[in-house]
Amino acid sequence: MDLSLSDEQKQLQDAAERFVRDKYAFDNRRKVAATDRGWLEENWAQMAELGWLGVPLTEAEGGYGGPIETMILMEQFGKGLVLEPFLPTAVIGGGMLARAGSQAQKDSLLASMMEGKKQFAVAWLERQSRYNLADVSFKATKEGAGYSLSGHKGVVYNAASADNIFVLARTSGGAREEKGLTLFCVDAKAKGLTRRDYPTQDALRASELTFDKVSVGADAVIGKVDGAFPIVEEAVDRAIVALCAEATGCMDAINAATLEYIKTRKQFGVPIGKFQVLQHRMVDCFTNAQEARSMTLMASLKIDDKDANVRRKAASGAKVQIGKSGKFCGQSAVQMHGGMGVTDELSVSHYFKRLTMIDLMFGNQQHHLTRYSNLAMAS
Amino acid sequence: MDLALKPEHKAFADEVRAFTKKNLSPATIAKTFSGRHYDKDDHVRWQRALGKQGWLAYTWPKKYGGPGWDVTQRFLFENVLAEEGAPRIIPFGVKMVGPVIYTFGNDEQKERFLPGIRSSEVSWCQGYSEPGAGSDLANLRTRAVLDGDHYVVNGQKTWTSYAHWGDWIFCLVRTNPDAKAQEGISFLLIDMKTPGITVRPIIMLDGAHAVNDVFLDNVRGPVANRIGKEGEGWTCAKFLLANERLGIAEVPGSKRGVRALREIAGDVSASDPSFNEKIADVDLQVQALEMSELRALATMALGGAPGPEASSLKLRGSEIQQRLAELAMEAVGEYAAPYQPGMLFQDTNETPVGPDHAPPAAPRYFNMRKTTIYGGSSEIQKNIVSKMVLGL
Repeated sequence: MDLSLSDEQKQLQDAAERFVRDKYAFDNRRKVAATDRGWLEENWAQMAELGWLGVPLTEAEGGYGGPIETMILMEQFGKGLVLEPFLPTAVIGGGMLARAGSQAQKDSLLASMMEGKKQFAVAWLERQSRYNLADVSFKATKEGAGYSLSGHKGVVYNAASADNIFVLARTSGGAREEKGLTLFCVDAKAKGLTRRDYPTQDALRASELTFDKVSVGADAVIGKVDGAFPIVEEAVDRAIVALCAEATGCMDAINAATLEYIKTRKQFGVPIGKFQVLQHRMVDCFTNAQEARSMTLMASLKIDDKDANVRRKAASGAKVQIGKSGKFCGQSAVQMHGGMGVTDELSVSHYFKRLTMIDLMFGNQQHHLTRYSNLAMAS
Repeated sequence: MDLALKPEHKAFADEVRAFTKKNLSPATIAKTFSGRHYDKDDHVRWQRALGKQGWLAYTWPKKYGGPGWDVTQRFLFENVLAEEGAPRIIPFGVKMVGPVIYTFGNDEQKERFLPGIRSSEVSWCQGYSEPGAGSDLANLRTRAVLDGDHYVVNGQKTWTSYAHWGDWIFCLVRTNPDAKAQEGISFLLIDMKTPGITVRPIIMLDGAHAVNDVFLDNVRGPVANRIGKEGEGWTCAKFLLANERLGIAEVPGSKRGVRALREIAGDVSASDPSFNEKIADVDLQVQALEMSELRALATMALGGAPGPEASSLKLRGSEIQQRLAELAMEAVGEYAAPYQPGMLFQDTNETPVGPDHAPPAAPRYFNMRKTTIYGGSSEIQKNIVSKMVLGL
């Protein structure tokens, strides 16, 4: 066992820290969030140049990293509340292509994604599906050699900036059946595809997508027809672990801000950090962040396990911890900041909002507790 | 003892309901049930209707123009209003400064200020907190210096709800900087139109604007508008805070919250059976709080003032409001993510992204974090109970 970072990993961490320091001071982030697209071309170009867009992929998959390197980057991105669409593009989209795409798909998309020339979005959620990935009513029907896609997809992050959208559609089987799902790669400018764009609570961008008889060729299928569920399930598990790393970064930042605040804010003639009730709460924040970091590291180390159940349990376990710790640290930070904590003015509320949204992405704490429990009982 | 209502009380509830249905605007009701924010007009129109009926100052004794209701009537009134979707009565006039004026003010002040509060013709806001005086309220620095028959006031108040709507502000000001902290404070009413007052909005984490900074720069306020003696403002302040804490348990609103949750629970409970039990849990907390509040009110009806037990009610009441908001967000799932300010702050015909109850879910959860901070933070309330009730 060895839990220390290699020299290369340390360098990556340093570079990411530098990026966040240079580009994501809180006032800068506010400006980035207010731009049309909600992220900056120059930041994206820099991420590409530093090779970060290939970090979620291993060398065997054509990239330069793996789960630990992804964890390192995402943690720093969490500290800065970075807005560039790294998760949908490099972690999820790139990951699915690398693991399930055809050689032709990889050739046309993967390299240009890593060069920063293509962005992705992933459309799996539907209005009724809640956290059930198999609850897909979006239809793909055979049309000549290809398919015609019709239906609605919701809360699709980065859809407005994406060049390609990966869509989960039902090609056979009944509602909520895992079999019968197919993943399609669709040109974001395809005819018949309309978007309703909006910002999210945490200053990201997402869209509702309506597909009205969007035609795609047979070569748009990623993986096998009717066989997308395991691809998507694995992609979500990997996205969860990356998201957990982002959350640990958020927690470190929000805890640091709170610690600083209670050391400096004076009431009753002393810094409020002199009051035991706040000291103990701060200790609980610290402990929660430690637990979150531990579970994230464990999940990052287990995510490549050949046994899919090990991967599933690790992802769900980490997500439960992140939900719990994120809520505790977020709510506590706001409370200890008093009125200032609920203003838009300080960064604290922005970390709190991001931590809250992280809990409800890809299944909340309750969902993953149930999933973990079922898996653990079965094994 | 008997929980059942007497026939006259049932008739009273029917009367309140009929009045509410007749006078509360459908647009305001729609805002309540869709979670959109009210504008000033929603509040003022409704409060003036209540005022005309003689019901706005429903907690006041008859002597000062209140209806002289008993505890049961007040309870029914608050519940019926909440059930029908009425906005909360803005407390700064009728619940806060009004009772201070009729308890500590002179006859001239009562005559001058009480009618406008009862009718809601005059809007009030609260000048208590300052940047350096939050939990430690007695540390306030806003200075009032006597100049003939006026005070000249300089300083800054903060977290002032509805200062941008307010006609008058009641302020705690320091009239004697040499006295012990609590002893140098006076309670002063100031016309918001007085030169030297600047209101700056504070935007909350959900994008809402309700609170403000209020800057006072050489503001001249007549000494005649001081309530009570100079240096005895802290007595008024404490009296008012105890009233405030009683009012912000928000039981009727939370009961409405439980009902609203049950209406949307079906979306969740199909895939997550634990959700219904989470609602049941908070439902029971609301019941315990309601019974505790009724017990406190019954004690008060026998002549007691709201005591430190009001702190316990505020503590639990705020936690319950937060929990309800949290569950409403949990119910929406990933559709809580779209930020839709148009659906929160404007009248719009747009259809929301996601279910109808999605747009306010996360913003409300964020915003409700304030409830364990304002009106005395939970930490302060616990200190009060610990010292005043338990003697620790």
